[in-house]
Amino acid sequence: MPALSETNEFAYLWLIPVLPLFGALVNGVLGAALMRRFGPRVNHWISVALPVGSFCIAVYAFVTLVGLPAEKRILTTSLFPFVHIGYFDADMAFWMDTLSATMTLIVTGIGSLIHIYSIGYMHGDKSYWRFFAYLNLFTAAMLLLVLGDNFLVMFIGWEGVGLCSYLLISFWYEEKKNAVAGMKAFVVNRIGDFGFLLGLGLLFWGLGGDYSGNLGRTDHYAAGAYHGNSVTALENTELDHQASAGIGRMEAVPARSLRFDAVRARVSQDHDSWAETSPNAKHFLGMPLIALVCLLLFVGATGKSAQLPLYVWLPDAMAGPTPVSALIHAATMVTAGVYMVARLNFLFALSPTAMTVVACTGALTAIFAATIGLFQHDIKKVLAYSTVSQLGYMFIGVGVGAYWAGIFHLLTHAVFKALLFLGAGSVILGCHHEQDMRKMGGLKKFMPVTHWTYWAAALAITTAPFFLLANGFFSKDEILWKAFDAQHLLIPGWWIWLVGFIGAGLTSFYMWRSYYMTFTGEYRGGQDAAHDADAHADAHGHGGSHPEPHESPRTITWVLAALAILIIPTGLLGFWPLLGIEPLLEQWLHPVVGAATASLAWMSETTQELANISAIAWEVLLAAASVLLSLTGWYVARAFYLNARSTVPKRLLASAFGPLRFAYRVVYNKYYVDEAYDWLIVRRVRQLAKGLFVFDQSVIDAAVNLTGTVGRGFSTVDGLIDSLVVDGLVNGVAQATAALGRRLRYTQTGRIQTYLMGALGGVLVLVVVNYLFF
Amino acid sequence: MTIGLHHFLAVSALLFALGFFAVITRRNAVGILMGVELILNAANLNFVAFSRYSNVVEPIAGQIFPVFGIMIAAAEAAVGLAIVLAIFQNWGTIDTQVTKSLRE
Repeated sequence: MPALSETNEFAYLWLIPVLPLFGALVNGVLGAALMRRFGPRVNHWISVALPVGSFCIAVYAFVTLVGLPAEKRILTTSLFPFVHIGYFDADMAFWMDTLSATMTLIVTGIGSLIHIYSIGYMHGDKSYWRFFAYLNLFTAAMLLLVLGDNFLVMFIGWEGVGLCSYLLISFWYEEKKNAVAGMKAFVVNRIGDFGFLLGLGLLFWGLGGDYSGNLGRTDHYAAGAYHGNSVTALENTELDHQASAGIGRMEAVPARSLRFDAVRARVSQDHDSWAETSPNAKHFLGMPLIALVCLLLFVGATGKSAQLPLYVWLPDAMAGPTPVSALIHAATMVTAGVYMVARLNFLFALSPTAMTVVACTGALTAIFAATIGLFQHDIKKVLAYSTVSQLGYMFIGVGVGAYWAGIFHLLTHAVFKALLFLGAGSVILGCHHEQDMRKMGGLKKFMPVTHWTYWAAALAITTAPFFLLANGFFSKDEILWKAFDAQHLLIPGWWIWLVGFIGAGLTSFYMWRSYYMTFTGEYRGGQDAAHDADAHADAHGHGGSHPEPHESPRTITWVLAALAILIIPTGLLGFWPLLGIEPLLEQWLHPVVGAATASLAWMSETTQELANISAIAWEVLLAAASVLLSLTGWYVARAFYLNARSTVPKRLLASAFGPLRFAYRVVYNKYYVDEAYDWLIVRRVRQLAKGLFVFDQSVIDAAVNLTGTVGRGFSTVDGLIDSLVVDGLVNGVAQATAALGRRLRYTQTGRIQTYLMGALGGVLVLVVVNYLFF
Repeated sequence: MTIGLHHFLAVSALLFALGFFAVITRRNAVGILMGVELILNAANLNFVAFSRYSNVVEPIAGQIFPVFGIMIAAAEAAVGLAIVLAIFQNWGTIDTQVTKSLRE
């Protein structure tokens, strides 16, 4: 019997999102004044201390969770009742199970590190306080998103991170390019959010009846648990109550609570009418409701997590300061979509269609973005496309139902991509705000810490066989293995595996390419960069006009080192699959996603029987192939780009072989997707706007003016009628009366005899009339 | 020839006509009042004559009514003469051709 989960009250939970929010408030409202009065030190102390505080609470909550039995690992607290309208209920309540605990630790932990890093990176910026206010607001929104106990709270965070990404990308809004990038991110995100909202509405509609049980009501909620009562028992109580109140008793009981747990309980109780494969599945517009809901929700995820076709905002988002790229576009915000799919695993697991779409989108994005990343020259662009590609892998993971693997990749990616971005930021700072890798080179000598940490991160992402350093290896290969294994999709799982597998080779190539171009060979930026360096040196206050690169300040290098060290423990969390033991993270996430994963069809047994080798052997085989492929990618990159010695890339580009140059140009220009969108959508929308403007001017305005003219005409006629006819009548009556009166006054002689003669005459007339007619 | 109702009525009509004639021809206000007295008496005569010749069992009402009429005539004469006196005090005459300022 699917019951509501048993929860534990944890009173400090609400502090986790509220602390950074408070920081944002203080810095946003008083920041400028504080900076003037006490210097920028105050701004960053406030702004760093609060997320660190959140992190400490998150760790405390984590420890509390670990101390609980696995199936009871849920902490909740309700801040205040939010919306209770009829059977619709959503509280400002927080819910920390093992999944959101993982996310919270990532967001607060890596977020805090990035806050510290920003101290060095943003040093001397004139809007220092504003930057930290935005960072804090962003952290708060993201925490709201992952800790929300219902869809509404999640949606607030969901929109909040969209807003903050807009604010942060266009942080240096004086340059139009940045403002445009921010706007692009916002608009594209809004398109996705619209899908999300539609999905939400449809889900709510599908859950509804004209009644519900009192599931998810505050009083039960605050009590902490349902104490083993099944949904049915509670509903029966409620229905009996309704029957006694004369409302009448209904057959089935879909609640309209927006709480994830209530929805999960409802849907799994009502499996028959929800599961796509069930003959009695609910349909909407000819499609199974569950598939439609999941697909619409996934549209939101493609916007937020930069998947095809809505990925275009993320590479442009590199216009923001580099810590922003690291925080928003690598470690946290873009993972919102992955988190959402993992959080709603109980819905997605019911719909093979939706899962196939998710996995395919992920696979296509993974390889598509990886190819674009191959030939970019801007170091941040390479990393941006790498992020898009890695997010694709996460979606393969959650799409094929290996939720824990998707989340694991999310975790490892958060670590190594934050490290890569922060390393790139350090490089950019060291090279005096130069982002073009062709003007770098040889930085190994100048920036040792940055070099080693970047090297470690590159190892981590490229699934190289240095096991302890390659946390990306475990997560990516687990995902690929699960994809290979999947039997429940509409297409064979190994298709997805193949696409992801090739993508992994490309990943290896472009990562090592960026590494070799940046850190080996001779420094190439000296001559022509000198001028720019001078210009920037004053503006950003990291002194000296010498064009040589320099190592970054300690707030930056320490953060890099800390993140590099984090690679090892995060890798260990998923280290065991090759040894046949359930990985730690899988055990940890089992209470949340285990049931959904187990409900799907996996191939293992069949494989064993058919090929007569164990699943483990298969997995090792695939892993070996994947290692081989990434080694190949690494080798090619090394051969082409080490020390900038090889002339092969140049010769290839200059080759007379037309199709090759054409292919290069297409890939280098990102498949012209931006141009296509610009031509196909932006231009069309603008034309529509222009057309509507003309329509407005010529038709609507004309209609309005016509109405005005007609009105004026009518009123003129009306005025004439009034002054001539009506007034004429009135005056005429008056004049006639006056004239009559003037005539009649002659009869008023004042002589009594005249009057008596009148009376006599009257009598005579009466008498005569009487005689004549009666 | 016996005296019947018609004779009384003829006298009464004559009296009324004379009174009326006096009212509409006299310019002197006192003369007009005297004409009015004649008209009232013509009416009284009619009442009495009808009372005498009617078939009603107790025709006393026809004889009582002229008593009221005489009383009213007296009261009317008093009021009328008072008005005439007031007119005389204002205009110094009682000629009704002169006293026509109510006309306007």
